[in-house]
Amino acid sequence: MSTYLIRNAQLLGGPAQDILIDGGVIRQIGAGLTAEAEVEIDATGLIALPGLVDLHTHLREPGREDAETVLTGTQAAAKGGYTAVHAMANTFPVADTAGVVEQVWRLGKESGYCDVQPVGAVTVGLEGKKLAELGAMHESAAGVRVFSDDGKCVDDAVIMRRALEYVKAFDGVVAQHAQEPRLTEGAQMNEGRVSGELGLGGWPAVAEEAIIARDVLLAAHVGSRLHVCHVSTAGSVEIIRWAKAKGWDVTAEVTPHHLLLTDELVRSYDPVYKVNPPLRTAEDVHALRKALADGTIDAVATDHAPHPAEDKDCEWAVAAMGMVGLETALSVVQQAMVDTGLLNWEGVADRMSHRPARIGRLVGHGRPVSVGEPANLVLFDPAYRGTVNPDSFATRSRNTPYRGLDLPGRVHATFLRGVATVLAGELVAPEELA
Amino acid sequence: MKRHLVSAADLSRDDALLILDTAEELAQLSGRAVKKLPTLRGRTVVNLFFEDSTRTKTSFEVAEKRLSADVINFAAKGSSVSKGESLKDTALTLQAMGADAVVIRHHASGAPARLAQSDWLHGSVINAGDGTHEHPTQALLDAFTMRRHLNPGLGNDLSGRRITIVGDVLHSRVARSNVLLLKTLGAQVTFVAPPTLLPIGIDSWPCEVSYDLDATLAKTDALMMLRVQRERMNAAFFPTEREYSRRYGMHGGRLARLPQHAIVMHPGPMVRGMEITAEVADSPRCTAVEQVANGVSIRMAVLYLLLGGATLADTPSTNQSEAAK
Repeated sequence: MSTYLIRNAQLLGGPAQDILIDGGVIRQIGAGLTAEAEVEIDATGLIALPGLVDLHTHLREPGREDAETVLTGTQAAAKGGYTAVHAMANTFPVADTAGVVEQVWRLGKESGYCDVQPVGAVTVGLEGKKLAELGAMHESAAGVRVFSDDGKCVDDAVIMRRALEYVKAFDGVVAQHAQEPRLTEGAQMNEGRVSGELGLGGWPAVAEEAIIARDVLLAAHVGSRLHVCHVSTAGSVEIIRWAKAKGWDVTAEVTPHHLLLTDELVRSYDPVYKVNPPLRTAEDVHALRKALADGTIDAVATDHAPHPAEDKDCEWAVAAMGMVGLETALSVVQQAMVDTGLLNWEGVADRMSHRPARIGRLVGHGRPVSVGEPANLVLFDPAYRGTVNPDSFATRSRNTPYRGLDLPGRVHATFLRGVATVLAGELVAPEELA
Repeated sequence: MKRHLVSAADLSRDDALLILDTAEELAQLSGRAVKKLPTLRGRTVVNLFFEDSTRTKTSFEVAEKRLSADVINFAAKGSSVSKGESLKDTALTLQAMGADAVVIRHHASGAPARLAQSDWLHGSVINAGDGTHEHPTQALLDAFTMRRHLNPGLGNDLSGRRITIVGDVLHSRVARSNVLLLKTLGAQVTFVAPPTLLPIGIDSWPCEVSYDLDATLAKTDALMMLRVQRERMNAAFFPTEREYSRRYGMHGGRLARLPQHAIVMHPGPMVRGMEITAEVADSPRCTAVEQVANGVSIRMAVLYLLLGGATLADTPSTNQSEAAK
């Protein structure tokens, strides 16, 4: 394991300092450190952030290795500044048993680019009918604490209530994909002015909000912890704000794309903009930014959803839903939140590292950049300006809505427990991850 | 000059009038013994129909043949499409075969826009109806029919004419194309439907909305009845066929309350007994059959202008899908 001396990095809320990483931990922080190190990095102008934590990643393995593998997905995560990702359960087979979550967990260990914390399915086969063996998944080597049928909503109120209650036994949390299924049959995009003109099936905001309203009430009733995935509407924000004001244990995430893009883009009928939940209106984007800034929304989560080219290179109606996001998340957040003055970099660290790690109950992640802490950190260059080029991505898929867009900022280096996974903006070779 | 006709919003007022006027000239052909023109000789037009269609496909085919084009009918059923071939590969295949124009009918809204914006094929794309989005040649033939009855003459538009469109606006590509084109031509459009069959956001469309057919009859120069599929009532859009007919159907009593000069239109296929009674459908004031004949002239004009060298006025697109690119 190498020692790294990072020179002149901008620490949150303080002056530029040197950081010495040795033995997987941050050994020293100070001005003009004289320690010997194998690698010295000039970090002038770079911000040192805690390694990012994603609550919502689709790694696709097992089953859809044509879209992504644990290796390529964690490489993309490292390039985006992440040191831990939560791998969603909608794989083939579904991660609804101890065996599958352990497989994903082990693949993550073998990758070495980013910690992989598997998410367990709430119900068998994501079918919403019968609870999966939540306890077994928790007790497995994967130590699952976050459970989600993401991609599908746990729409049966009784099943949702039982899941919320059951996972209390091991401090688990149910992460709900809030989508009332009957109201979204055949839905293709946000229901509003644009869907009416385009003749695409509408996905009303109320389909999301009605489930969130029900779930916060259920969580309050049984005294459980609820996490709301990818909040996308202004109305959802109001419900979550109300639930938090009541003192209920409710957390929520927003995706980078819902902070930046609107349903006006669907006018192109380009399926790269097709995503679940759908892109909403400018008013919704405004409300989501505000909620992330004031903490009503706790975390940014990518909902990184890789798809092979053929699933997007087609007509809108048959295209797959989802966007890749790991490698652009921090830049999008800079553009939407930091450069607009809504959130400072301390806030970014809080919403993209501290709070998501706390929600997932991860140990060793989301910690401050200070002496004695595990060296999970990212050096980010906020002054960089570049054009998004999907061909440079580490993810196996190319379904990004930001192709050709100018976005600010770039990850310069990422460290996972003192091991560099990214240096000078490039992935470190697998054989050097030691 | 524009290469494609994907949306009625692609057409400026000048474009639209040029098509209507050209169609008037071409319509005179149908009175002749020999109905063929050599205009598109040697050009290949593919009718790419992913959805069952009898009248639109036949109409295009007649138009293409009268212009002497080489016509290829590519029905999705029974072709490689039914074996899972993608729209992209189908388009690449047609491109390789040298299609100069592709007339596409597709069940997915936006499929013609995808074809037109992609580099999959280089010929003209003509939208023959996409999902619940648009059907621009239908709107053109409707406008042609209206102009003949309400403001005949080359170069005339539909300024101030009051057009009432009744029925399932939510699922209607005819309604969407009509409202766009009729606005361009200066007409005033009123949609009449139960609230369940109007799209969210219709308040931003260039039209009036009413839930009351009887209240709008007297203020109507042309009344267009849209087909209402019986299966809609299974999804609770309205309670029963009888109730729909009573509240929104066109019958003899309502026909009598239209102004004397007003016409009743229907894009077909009609569901007799549902949105229109036989008495109205077969009355001389119903233009449904005339619309079919006009459809051939309009489609000839569109093909002639897109492919035949004469140019549509080269105006910037008002199509929002273009603007969003």
